[in-house]
Amino acid sequence: MSNVILSLAEIVGENYVSSGEEELYFYARDPGLMPAHKPDWVVVPKTAEEVQKIVRLAKKEKIPLVPMGAGMALTGLIIPLKGGIVVDMKRMNKILEVNEKARYVIVEGGTSHGSLKAYLEKNYPRLRHSIPDSPATATIAANMMIHGQGRLTQQYGFNSDMVTGLEVVLPSGEICKIGSCSISPEWFSKGAPLPDLSGLFLGWFGATGIITKVALRLYPRKKMRDVEIFVTDKEDLVPDIIYELTHTEMAEDIVIFSQPLPLIFKDNHHITIFITGDTDEELEFKRKMLWDALDGFIKSKDGGFMWVQPAMKPILLEMPQRSVSRFADVKKGGGFEYSGPIILVERYPECTRKIVELSSKYDLGYSGMARIIGRGHCMMFGFAFTFNRADPDMMERVRKALHEVSNYALTAGGVFWKPTVDEQRMAIERMDPNTRNLLKMIKKNVDPNGIMNPGNWEVN
Amino acid sequence: MKYEDIIHRCFRCGYCKFTGDYSDFNCPSYRKFSFETYAPGGRMWLIHAWLNDEIKNSDRFQEILFSCATCANCVEHCVFTFSDDLVNIFIAAKEEMVNKGIIPPEVRDYLKSINISGNPYKEPADERGKWADGTAIQTYDGQDYLLYIGCVGSYDERAKKIARAVGNILIKAGLSIGILGNREQCDGNEVRALGETGLFQHLAEQNIALFKELGVKKIITLDPHSFNSFKKDYPDLGGEFEIYHYTQILAPLIQAKKMPLKEYKARVTFHDPCYLGRHNEEYDAPRKILKAIPAIELIEMDQNRENAFCCGGGGGNFFTDILGGGEDSPSRIRVGQSLDTGARIIAVACPQCAKMLDDAIKVEELEDKLEVLDIAEIVTRALA
Repeated sequence: MSNVILSLAEIVGENYVSSGEEELYFYARDPGLMPAHKPDWVVVPKTAEEVQKIVRLAKKEKIPLVPMGAGMALTGLIIPLKGGIVVDMKRMNKILEVNEKARYVIVEGGTSHGSLKAYLEKNYPRLRHSIPDSPATATIAANMMIHGQGRLTQQYGFNSDMVTGLEVVLPSGEICKIGSCSISPEWFSKGAPLPDLSGLFLGWFGATGIITKVALRLYPRKKMRDVEIFVTDKEDLVPDIIYELTHTEMAEDIVIFSQPLPLIFKDNHHITIFITGDTDEELEFKRKMLWDALDGFIKSKDGGFMWVQPAMKPILLEMPQRSVSRFADVKKGGGFEYSGPIILVERYPECTRKIVELSSKYDLGYSGMARIIGRGHCMMFGFAFTFNRADPDMMERVRKALHEVSNYALTAGGVFWKPTVDEQRMAIERMDPNTRNLLKMIKKNVDPNGIMNPGNWEVN
Repeated sequence: MKYEDIIHRCFRCGYCKFTGDYSDFNCPSYRKFSFETYAPGGRMWLIHAWLNDEIKNSDRFQEILFSCATCANCVEHCVFTFSDDLVNIFIAAKEEMVNKGIIPPEVRDYLKSINISGNPYKEPADERGKWADGTAIQTYDGQDYLLYIGCVGSYDERAKKIARAVGNILIKAGLSIGILGNREQCDGNEVRALGETGLFQHLAEQNIALFKELGVKKIITLDPHSFNSFKKDYPDLGGEFEIYHYTQILAPLIQAKKMPLKEYKARVTFHDPCYLGRHNEEYDAPRKILKAIPAIELIEMDQNRENAFCCGGGGGNFFTDILGGGEDSPSRIRVGQSLDTGARIIAVACPQCAKMLDDAIKVEELEDKLEVLDIAEIVTRALA
């Protein structure tokens, strides 16, 4: 094992491997609340070939491997639960190809959402991708790996639904192409009309391989964007409001936020509707359709469109919304964590009552945020609690609250999004036995040595 | 430690290491080392761990802290309310290390040189004013402005040429200026950035006393690092003077055509010095000068103004070279960014940037494609 660092240095160069206490401390944790666990080494590769060699070394030495993007999932998915090598992918940040007419892009596995956004705005101003509201450092591959959501999720589904191809280093060390790119130079489909093998990797948190390239769909970027906020204090009406809004197919994105502070937001549900257009006429047409769709709620005085202050608009229209990160410092303590089950929109009233209940029970600051996925097919409801890192008691209360959210989410028919290892265990226990066996069989066959992000999606 | 009540508040979201448009990572030490530990968020979490005795003061921890170029990109882009304090937090941590006597040898040697010789080059004070030999620049004796040169401009061969260019132009412009010559001593900006607060205070108080003794009211600096120190740190120690960077004096004179300039045909890109730009928000004066020179084509790098990428010389790294070496060194990256513009000249307004980028051009073997010139040197070429 003492030769591992020398072997890694031979692969990536001595400057890009560390077993220093500083790296072991930092890479042992993410900004969330999961317990830290130190890796033995941290390595920062530059090429897929280097990743391949790292994996082969790990296979030979039976060393755990944990791929890492920006580490912003907050649920401990990049914490090396069994030590080993953390593979920080962010040096692999090239944007390799844009097919403008077929509207897809191929990027390396450590490319950030922020840099792709900037690249498209500069070079392909008519194209965009579904950028999440996680910090701009969040990597595209990791976001796909966790089935992230973004600004176009209401229109086109999970960000992982927009993947059109993968290059993966398998636990064997082989490089494998997934999708049309496996038999064609073009990366336009991750599966169809072939058997869709992307499911062997997406959602697995690196437990079946390391993504070194990812292709994803791009979409038309309209010249103008605007935002409307429909406010209601009746949470029971929110599912019906969403049903009407999604029926119009006019919105770019729909998110709902409810929070107790500042007091101007208290007790209201802010259904935030983003619209886009190439002309004023297009924008106004969409606005009118959306307003008309909610006319009944307005007439019954169950809600209304609020005046969005000019100072508020840039904050809302920003992509990604930096205000999401600022939530971490509400308690002047640099921390927040959320559980974001994927759940039916009809559960919105229960979810919102649950977060209020938990906030009161554990004396915590909270923010409820829902993002509509597809045309109301489901939503991500974020039970977000802020905490002060210098206050262990508050951190423990947040842990307890989140644990209750996990239990609640399952009973409410939800499915954990980017689950912690505990939530993965709960999900596996609840899973249909045949599905569980299939999961186990896949993991065992793809990663027979159990070296890929061990602890995650393990069926025992 | 100062700021101890803030350190745990970093969420490590990483906005601090980007440019404003997210097009690239813009933290020099992160670009060079690639580990999260060398980014501002990494430093915050490690300082917190160090104060809690979870990690020790190791060689690597020292490298992590002292490789900070104090360029303030993090201050510019951090999303939290404590963003203004980020560089000061890193300096406070370095101060703790200095006070405990556990710092990198390069830093120790730099600080010792300043303490013993009054400059980092270990040169005698008698040599300090020699850069002005053969010019018409006089010793300060009640002139309107004190022209303060700083250590780099006084001793470094490349920087001395810039000092002469600045001095000559100011005289040609008809300004009443004088220099301290052998009586000048280090401004202390880098001493402070490296955490030697006691020595900094000593230097600052000596300088303030000398300026007051001589009746100095207005100071023009060659070096943005001196400019920063005089402007931001000296007032707290009783040193209230009118402070100008030389570009701020020249810009209105040239724009008003008080200095006739002939055509100087060149494609030029401008590299913003961190201590002029982000630290003091002066982005326009150098550009006004360049734009006023007939036939110059000013082409901006993608990373400019608030998003300029540091040359890697700040925070004492010019002297300690902790950030230097290798193809990912900031100065080499910056030269690459300059080359991408198609410019033939990298204009600078800081002798430290000039030297850093000059050296990087040599390492990259780009001497036939790029030249580094201080704004004063470009103006000299354009003077009729």
